[in-house]
Formats: sequence, C-alpha cells, structure tokens
Amino acid sequence: MLQLALVVVVLSVLIFGWLRMLPGGPVSALLGDRGTAESRAELTEALGLNDPIFVQYFAFLGRAITGDFGTSTGVSPGKPAMELFLERFPATIELSIAAILIALIGAIPLGYLAARRRGGWLDNAGVVGSMIGISIPIFFLAFLLKYFLSIKLGWLPTGGRQSPDIDATRVTGFFVLDGLLTREWDAAWDALKHLLLPALALASIPFAVIFRITRASVLDVMDEDYVRTARSKGLTRRIIRDRHILRNAMLPVVTTVGLQTGALLSGAVLTETVFSWQGVGQALAIGFERKDFPVLQVVIIAAAMAYVLVNLLVDLSYAVIDPRIRTAQKVS
Amino acid sequence: MGMALLEVRDLSVVFRRRGEEPTIAVDNISFDVEPGQTVGLVGESGCGKSVTSLAIMGLLPSRGAEVSGSVTFEGKELLGLSQRQLDERRGRDLGMVFQDPLSSLNPVVPIGVQIAEVLERHRKLSRKDANAEAAELLNRVGIPDPNRRLDEYPHQLSGGMRQRALIAIALACRPRLLIADEPTTALDVTIQAQILSLLAELVSGTDTALIMITHDLGVVAGLCDEVNVMYGGRIVERAQRHALFAEPRHPYTHGLLASIPRLDAPRGEKLVPIRGSVVDNIAWSRGCAFAPRCPNQLEQCWTDPPELVEDRGGMLRCHNPVEVAPLAAEGAR
Ligand SMILES: Nc1ncnc2c1ncn2[C@@H]1O[C@H](COP(=O)(O)OP(=O)(O)O)[C@@H](O)[C@H]1O
Ligand code: SF4
Ligand SMILES: [Mg+2]
Repeated sequence: MLQLALVVVVLSVLIFGWLRMLPGGPVSALLGDRGTAESRAELTEALGLNDPIFVQYFAFLGRAITGDFGTSTGVSPGKPAMELFLERFPATIELSIAAILIALIGAIPLGYLAARRRGGWLDNAGVVGSMIGISIPIFFLAFLLKYFLSIKLGWLPTGGRQSPDIDATRVTGFFVLDGLLTREWDAAWDALKHLLLPALALASIPFAVIFRITRASVLDVMDEDYVRTARSKGLTRRIIRDRHILRNAMLPVVTTVGLQTGALLSGAVLTETVFSWQGVGQALAIGFERKDFPVLQVVIIAAAMAYVLVNLLVDLSYAVIDPRIRTAQKVS
Repeated sequence: MGMALLEVRDLSVVFRRRGEEPTIAVDNISFDVEPGQTVGLVGESGCGKSVTSLAIMGLLPSRGAEVSGSVTFEGKELLGLSQRQLDERRGRDLGMVFQDPLSSLNPVVPIGVQIAEVLERHRKLSRKDANAEAAELLNRVGIPDPNRRLDEYPHQLSGGMRQRALIAIALACRPRLLIADEPTTALDVTIQAQILSLLAELVSGTDTALIMITHDLGVVAGLCDEVNVMYGGRIVERAQRHALFAEPRHPYTHGLLASIPRLDAPRGEKLVPIRGSVVDNIAWSRGCAFAPRCPNQLEQCWTDPPELVEDRGGMLRCHNPVEVAPLAAEGAR
C-alpha cells in the first residue's frame, strides 16, 4: 500500500511537470488559430495556467485527493475528467481482460506442447510466430485485422462496442457481461463480435511473451529431478503434466502476466484508436492531441495504480502457488 | 536355479550428440538380481552407475541416448517397452530412490500427495485411504508425527527426512525391486548410517530385491550380498561381499579398499588413494582402461583388452590380478 502511494505521488509530479513542458498547451488546442490575444489571455487565466507551477500542482493534488481531477478541456469539454474516466474505464478493462484471457488460454497450452515437442514443426512455428508477434507494431496489426476481416470480408464490425440498432441494458459497463446478466443474448453476441478483433490485436504481445516464457519454463522443469522421480513412479501423463511440470512451470508465467499489464495499457491506446473503442486508451490519444491535461492526468495516474495493484495481486497469487514463499512470509 | 528377478544382458548405453564424439557410458554389462537379494554396483563417479539404473528404469532421455542389450524383469523384456507400458510397472514393481532428496521431490506439492499419488495410481486407493496409508508409510520410514508431515512441503523437512520420504514413495507399492542410486551421498555423515540401516531393515526379510549404487565400498560392506565393481562403463569384478573384502582380485577393487578407512585395519596403516583419475583412461577397445593408473599393469594391458572371466567363484576382468589377500598378508607378518 505504501508502495502504491509512493508510485502515485512520484508519477503525479512527473506527469504534471511533463505535460506542462509540452509545446502548445490546452489554450492553443482549444482555440486553434482563431484565438485573439485577449481570448487567449482570458482562457489561460480561467484555466489557472498563470500561477507558478508548484502552486498549480498543489491545487491539483488537493482536489485530486477528493476525486476531482478538473474538467475535460479537449476530449469531452465541460465534463469532469473523473466522470469521463469512470465511464470509459470498464471498456478498457473488458478489452484488456479479453486480451489476457486469449493470451493465457492460447499461449500456455501451445508453449507446453512446443516444449514437449522441442524442435518439431509446432515448436519452430511457435518460436518464429512469437518473434513476429512481439515485433509487429500493434497499430499495424490492428489495422490489418480490421482491413481484411471487417472491411474486405465484412465478417466482423469495424469498430465501436455495440451496434447502434441494439438497445442493450447497462449493468456493469462490461458489454458482453451485461448481455449475459440481462439475458439479452443478441446484445451479448453483438458485443462479443465487436470485442474480438481489438482483443486479438491487443493480445498479440502478451500471447507471444507468455508463449515464450511457458516454453522456456517447461523445458527447464522437464529436466528437473522431481519430474524424473514422477516418471519413476509410473504416474499418468496427465498427472505428470499438471501436477509436476505445469505447476512449477507456471511460476515465471504468473510474474510475466503481471508485467504484461503495462504493455496492455500502452497497447490499448493504439488498439482503441484503430477500432474506435470508447475506452481510456482512446481518451488518452485524443487527450494528447488536444492537450487535455485533466483527462491525461486522471488516466495516467489510474493506469499506474492499476499496474501496481495487478502486480501486488500477482505477488499474492505467487505466494499461493509457491509454498516456499508462503513459509518465508509466515516466518518473517 | 530358476529365473532371476532381473537379468541384465549386454546392456550398453551410448550418448550421441551432434558435433561430438559419442560417449560410451555403459559398455556391455551383464548381471542378475535374485528375489530378495541385495546387489551392489560400485565404482568411481562417472563410471556409468546412474546411467545403468536409468536404463533399467527406462528413464534415460528418449533422444541422444542409445540403449542396446536386454533387461528382463520377471522374464519380460523391459527395453523397447513404450513409456505407457513401463508406467504400469514403474512405481509398482520397480521403485527408485535418487541421490539428491531435495531436488528429487516436487517443491510445490505436499509430501503426503507425493506419496499418496503412487498408491492412487497403482493400488487404485481412494484419496482418503491413500492418505491414511501415506501416514503409515511415513511412520514406517521413521518420520515422527506423520499426520502433520503429510501437509508439509519438501523444504520444510530436513535432508534425512526428505530421503526417508523418497524411500517411502519408492516402497509404497512394495515393489519387487528397489534401486537406490547413491541414496546417502547428499546427506550429512551422521544421517548416512541411519538411512542405510533403514534401507537394510526395510528390505531384509521381504522378497524386495535391492540394487545399491554407491562410490563408497564402505556402504556396500554392511548391506550387499553380491557386489559388482564397475570401471569405465564395464564390470571389472564381481564377487560375494565377504570374498570381495577379504580377497579383492582386481587392482582397482584393491585400490578402492586401500583408500577407505577400515575398523579392522592395523594401527598406523596409511590410506592410499588410487593414483591418477578417470581422465587418464584409455579406451577399452585398445586395452585395459585402468592401465594408466594400475600398479599391476603389464605391457599386454596396453594392447589387449582383458575379458570378463570366471575367477574363484566370481568374475574378473584383469590380466594380472592381485594374488595375495591383503589381510592375510598383514596377519602373516
Ligand atoms: N544425459 C547425458 N548425456 C551425455 N552423457 C551423459 C549423460 N548422462 C551421463 N552421461 C555420461 O555417462 C557417463 C556415466 O555417467 P553416470 O552413470 O552418471 O556415472 P556415475 O557412475 O557417477 O553415476 C559419464 O561419462 C557421463 O558424463
Ligand atoms: S588388466 Fe592390467 S592394467 Fe588392467 S587392471 Fe589388470 S593388471 Fe591392471
Ligand atoms: Mg551417479
């Protein structure tokens, strides 16, 4: 928790200072070329941009603690930044969870099989494929998927989260889940179709990374003495795989999943932009363009908190799977 | 005499790796194990003991290890069986205890599960019955408070306890053959004797046969009926235990005996290590692999590989064996 507070404070200083060093600024963004000298001065004063920067920072901090991050100036002018964030956050979470699920469900079995059949065609294809997955720009991949599967073939929607002709009831803000909860199956199915391509694009890097870690980790574990012991006991292949190989091989994978949330958040900016996904990543992209300081600040700080929290969760789950850490913590 | 429990015939294991000379780890070895018998496999590190045991268990890596010859267990050939067929026998008819008890136990699975899973697999016990039996097994191998230990993980046990747990696993289904590969080497000296007497106690009076693998003739002394001495992947001498200690015939065996402390040795007798090391070996195809280190070497030893032949009730592979029994010689002086 202390860790979390520290990260947030340091990051808020950095982001606050850095945004204000960017050329342009919200005034030019808001007024464009049409602004007269007077209107510019007026707006600058109204936005509090004339005060010394540390005064601005502490004013910001004081309000931020109460949840008030100011009013959006660019993404959705006039709307409180916090409200805008809360509206859009479920969309990004839904997308990220879908992406990480695709990565976990696909990459762990593939990584395991590649390791078991080391040097086989699946292994070679996986190693090359994951290399491509890691190095291909998400923006490009997202665009390719959209171009071929949506625009050319028309199999899936080109963007957004729900078709406009569907009048779905909102419960959680996770559209697929909402559809399931309210038993509006067509809404759920429609939301799922919207989710598929952006989630695939966003999954590419975590998929490739988890595949590689799983493969390497399974290769290591297969050489361990305790796997030989398990084989000397004549255990079934399934038990050797699940209890003796995978349970140990998953330890590094769990850590990786935590670290991948960072990549997920930056990937969301690109994916959401390509697929007009109304999440915080898209807000961040628009916010940068229009120098919307309040929105940028709330999104970046929340993203950092989410990152720290996920990794905290990873540490906790690590202790659940690895008894050696559990005992060490009990003792200390 | 009927069929032996285990018959190893002309067993060879060659490791081949791309871009490297093949390593002949085990070179045409043959030996028998009778039901209930304890057979020693002795030799310096690297002479092929572990590879022999892994070949018998079918645990060598499927790639890169070339196994030939024959291993029959209860009259049935084991080499060439599929892993699935072997899995019916491993853990049930054949058990194995490994050298390093810490790395040989799964660090993230409770001890109880690691014992119970063998019982569930081969004796088809329910989880509950298997747990009760696992506690009973821990008790038998001398682990106090077994019910609490079942839920503990390997890192919470001492080295000796871990080895006891591994022994419990290997003996859980009362196998006909137990292979113990240097089961005391990784343990404290004080614990070593306890583990050895535990093994002796567990197999004596049962028809479980034991192959005891060690580099330490001292371990063999209290335990084995028959001893095979290996050098450079081959058996160089085989004898009943008392014959081997009283009258070692092979210069290598003789050297091994002279290099271990003995309670019955005359005061002041110095321990004489065997000179040189295995890196000096010449290939068996050229002569006697031990020749560069052998005090008894003849010219013939460098050009003429000795055969394993019958000798005084045992087997011997040497052109110029040790003639005088060391103890008798000492006594005569
Ligand atoms: N997996 C392997 N790959 C290649 N060579 C091996 C392998 N395992 C053992 N060897 C070689 O086989 C020989 C015998 O090894 P081993 O049976 O382990 O000896 P020890 O008698 O000490 O148990 C050694 O020269 C060793 O280097
Ligand atoms: S064959 Fe020759 S070199 Fe080899 S052990 Fe016998 S005497 Fe020594
Ligand atoms: Mg060994």
